[in-house]
Amino acid sequence: MLYAILCYNSEDVVGAWSKEEDDAVMERLAVVQEKLTKQGRLGPVARLLPTTAATTLRKSGSEPIIIDGPFAETKEQFLGFYVVDCASLDEALDIAKELSIANPGTGSYEIRPISIFRPGQTKT
Amino acid sequence: MTDANWIDAALTAARPQAVGALLRYFRNLDVAEEAFQEACVKALKNWTKNGPPRDPTAWLIFVGRNSAIDVVRRQAKQQPLPPEEVLSDLEDNETAIAEKIDGADYRDDILRLLFICCHPDLPATQQIPLALRIVSGLSVKQIAKAFLVSESAMEQRITRAKSRIGTGGIPFETPDPIERAERLAAVAAMVYLIFNEGYSAAASEQAVRSPLSDEAIRLIRLLLRMYPTEPEIMGLAALLLLQSSRSAARFDAEGEVVLLENQDRKLWNREMINEGLALIDKAMRHRQPGPYQIQSAIAALHARAATAEDTDWSEIDLLYGALERMTPSPVITLNRAVAVAKVRGPAAALTLIEPLEERLSGYFHYFGVKGGLLMKIGRNGEAREAFNRAIALANTAAEAAHIRMHLDSLSKE
Repeated sequence: MLYAILCYNSEDVVGAWSKEEDDAVMERLAVVQEKLTKQGRLGPVARLLPTTAATTLRKSGSEPIIIDGPFAETKEQFLGFYVVDCASLDEALDIAKELSIANPGTGSYEIRPISIFRPGQTKT
Repeated sequence: MTDANWIDAALTAARPQAVGALLRYFRNLDVAEEAFQEACVKALKNWTKNGPPRDPTAWLIFVGRNSAIDVVRRQAKQQPLPPEEVLSDLEDNETAIAEKIDGADYRDDILRLLFICCHPDLPATQQIPLALRIVSGLSVKQIAKAFLVSESAMEQRITRAKSRIGTGGIPFETPDPIERAERLAAVAAMVYLIFNEGYSAAASEQAVRSPLSDEAIRLIRLLLRMYPTEPEIMGLAALLLLQSSRSAARFDAEGEVVLLENQDRKLWNREMINEGLALIDKAMRHRQPGPYQIQSAIAALHARAATAEDTDWSEIDLLYGALERMTPSPVITLNRAVAVAKVRGPAAALTLIEPLEERLSGYFHYFGVKGGLLMKIGRNGEAREAFNRAIALANTAAEAAHIRMHLDSLSKE
């Protein structure tokens, strides 16, 4: 079974870390990741840029609505994610539009640039 | 991360919102600051023991408010409290406060806190220390160090700024959309000033002054979270991130300035560049260009170029042209001349800047650029003259040393 571990934290607090603190946290996380990598149990790892860099494409009846920032509606849960390689925000929005056409109805796609990405590899 | 570090970061992060809300409640800057200080002391005790609250900012506002009410009552013997109806209607209930945290009230609180620091009566030398003290919560000692003055001189400067504002100068009424936009623009300009205080410092001062740039980035991120759909705020955030991304490459081992074209681009901070580029992408979608967006787009063209030779100078020329039309200034024309020299040659650039001489007669960079262009077309005598004027106008030893290098290469020929 593959599990996704989604990280939630207060952006204000993480943003107030000094560079040294941030580096120290990343170093400690790297130790855990290294162990999992050796065991062949670590898939993709990503750290996202702040939510201020996010754009949301909200599904709607006809033309989807594009909103700056994450969608604040908490009634929906984080159900999965894609990693796509795009040259610009517009390209990423085009892909999100295709996805919304393939899966119409409610919901939205948050487009967040990735700051750190390690593809990783698992045995299964 | 240890508890103490977490609490420290949480208090720093909560400060602008909490002090802003306390200021709205008590209508007195000193009382608001003391109330927040008191709440922090209580947080250190309480949070270590009971764990962090669900909403640290709401907790600090609630506790700070309660502890300051006593102080205000004591002071009330000397001066009357504002009438009850002008005091804000914060409920005696943490949940109610927490619910309002995301509301427009709190956005206006933070904006007001920043805005009183850009009071038109205050010179920039007072605005910036005041913002760093009140909004960022840096200690007077830290600020004094960054401005290379004594602690007591800085203390005096901040006190003077506070008294100049007075209570009368603080706009407490809820701003209308136009007023809010004006405040936001004034605050953005101040954040850029704070950034430049740190960024323009010489290598020898970087250790004490670069925290100012970091603080400016923290403030612009705060504004961006409050106003996530303002393209100019995205543009300024991108600009600060892109400029800051080059920090590690800007000075050589001897502390000499390394010009953009000679910088080792491997030293540029990729993460900051990516964030800056992402913000520009977002801003562009709004189709409302502004000066910060254009400046950040220029910085982005440098950031995107793998080598100095790959720089898209004709696009930079166009962007400076757009910036000139939007905010005409001889300094912008001078910057554009650098791009023009790359695209159409030094003679064309010289023609562009010569009419500026009268207005820029006291400006170091004008004569530096002019000397460089004259040198390229072999008018060495005139180049030497321009370089000498540049040295006389240099603001730092590093600037003068850089020009002297050109003079040396001229005398070798």
